[in-house]
Amino acid sequence: MIAAIWEVTSRLSGLPSFMFPSLTQVFETLVNGLISGQITAAIGKSMGRILLGFLIAIIVGLILGYFIWRYKLVEDTLGFVVTALQSIPSIVWFPLAIIWFGLNDFSILFIVTIGATWTMTVNATSGFKNVPPLYQRVAKTYGSSGFHFVRTVILPASVPQIISGLRIAWAFSWRALMAGELLGGGGGLGQLLEMGRSLGQMDLVISVMIIIAIIGTIVDNVVFSRIERNVQMKWGVHS
Amino acid sequence: MYLTIDNVTKHFVNQQKQKVKVLDDINLEVEKGSFVSIVGPSGCGKSTLLYLIAGLDQPDSGDIFVAGNKVNKPGPDRVVVFQEAGLFPWLTVLENVTYGLKLKKMSTAKANEKALEVLKMVHLSKYVHSYPHQLSGGMKQRVAIARALVMEPDILLMDEPFSALDEQTRMVLHKELLEIWRTTKVTIFFVTHNIREAVQLAERIVVFATRPGKIKEIIAVPALRDGVMPDSVTLNTEQKVLSILQEEIEKVLKEEMGNDYSFKTGHLHRYDSGDMGSHI
Repeated sequence: MIAAIWEVTSRLSGLPSFMFPSLTQVFETLVNGLISGQITAAIGKSMGRILLGFLIAIIVGLILGYFIWRYKLVEDTLGFVVTALQSIPSIVWFPLAIIWFGLNDFSILFIVTIGATWTMTVNATSGFKNVPPLYQRVAKTYGSSGFHFVRTVILPASVPQIISGLRIAWAFSWRALMAGELLGGGGGLGQLLEMGRSLGQMDLVISVMIIIAIIGTIVDNVVFSRIERNVQMKWGVHS
Repeated sequence: MYLTIDNVTKHFVNQQKQKVKVLDDINLEVEKGSFVSIVGPSGCGKSTLLYLIAGLDQPDSGDIFVAGNKVNKPGPDRVVVFQEAGLFPWLTVLENVTYGLKLKKMSTAKANEKALEVLKMVHLSKYVHSYPHQLSGGMKQRVAIARALVMEPDILLMDEPFSALDEQTRMVLHKELLEIWRTTKVTIFFVTHNIREAVQLAERIVVFATRPGKIKEIIAVPALRDGVMPDSVTLNTEQKVLSILQEEIEKVLKEEMGNDYSFKTGHLHRYDSGDMGSHI
């Protein structure tokens, strides 16, 4: 239905096709882009960046979360700062990143990472804090302490909260990635958008938008939903 | 003595930042292989005492010794079965039971073998690979008991372990706990507010006075118990415990409801449920 309306309005609108391309035209560009490797390469580049940035964010977030949970002093100082930092959209860091690292891959990676890190930190902290005292007592009576205690009780018990943190963190860094690539270049889907604009190829722009939407949906609804469901099944929590 | 509690005193700070004495100069000795039960009104510090023995909390003064060693931190020689099973939901029944063994660096094969043996003792062989949420409340508590027993502890500390269960399940578990106690000869320290439960299970009942928590009297339970049906001896003992506790219950009620509360002497005797209620 939407496809039909799009096709018809595009043909009847009187706007030149480079401004408002028809569905068939977009589809053609999309398929061509995938076959020729132009879009595929961009997807690869973007996914590589986000996965790396995301991985760093998870690790840093868990570590910071641990210290905030463990030490009152860190909570009062760093904990407060993190909450404030979380409210800054990560693209705002970009000017700073350009000055620090130059207009390159590293700057984009930086804002992708920073977009996810604070959310991960906040979620990890509250996950750790909400581990039922009963589990902690049980583990302690069996002689668990130190790293073993964190690994076998604190971490697994906060998994549900960490997963919902991952989900939000992903959304943040995905947006940051697109914005960063759009401004910073260096390949990737965002750069392809910018290229489409400068070449006046709206069919390419829309193709990329479709790809962005598809990847976003797959990650959210397939990857994270599945992980979440698995955990819920195992724990017997009903959503 | 196997478990020695020596002049133990403990304070808590309440919400009004006042120091409240919860345990006042507790002295108690428990022999190896015996079954001791602590009863008292809620808030009398009986659970606090259990936590101190477990090493989850430290006394302000006094010492606790288990098998000659001073207690200063939690350890697998004194495992606790809590009111709620506290099984880890991310582990299967078997993994829950082997948790402590693996901590002791026992090989997985050996730990599994031991765990299966104990799970058989609590009749859960069928549910070895289930997750806790698939089990009923009584089954969860069986797993918790198995998890504790598999450690072969010096003392099994039980903190109102059956109070969240329904009557039938509780009766069955009483019987089974007695069987386990007889076969394993484990020393059991059992905290409850249910007088009947205490009388039917324990050899000795320590009756606690409240505010501050103090040992009021220690009663030996005479008969052989099966944990199921109350006979005249258990009923008699129950009455005895109840009459000792009466004064304490009155004290709690007066404190909570003001001095206009008048307590009818002998009234409680007519109830034979033995449960003082957990929320007075």
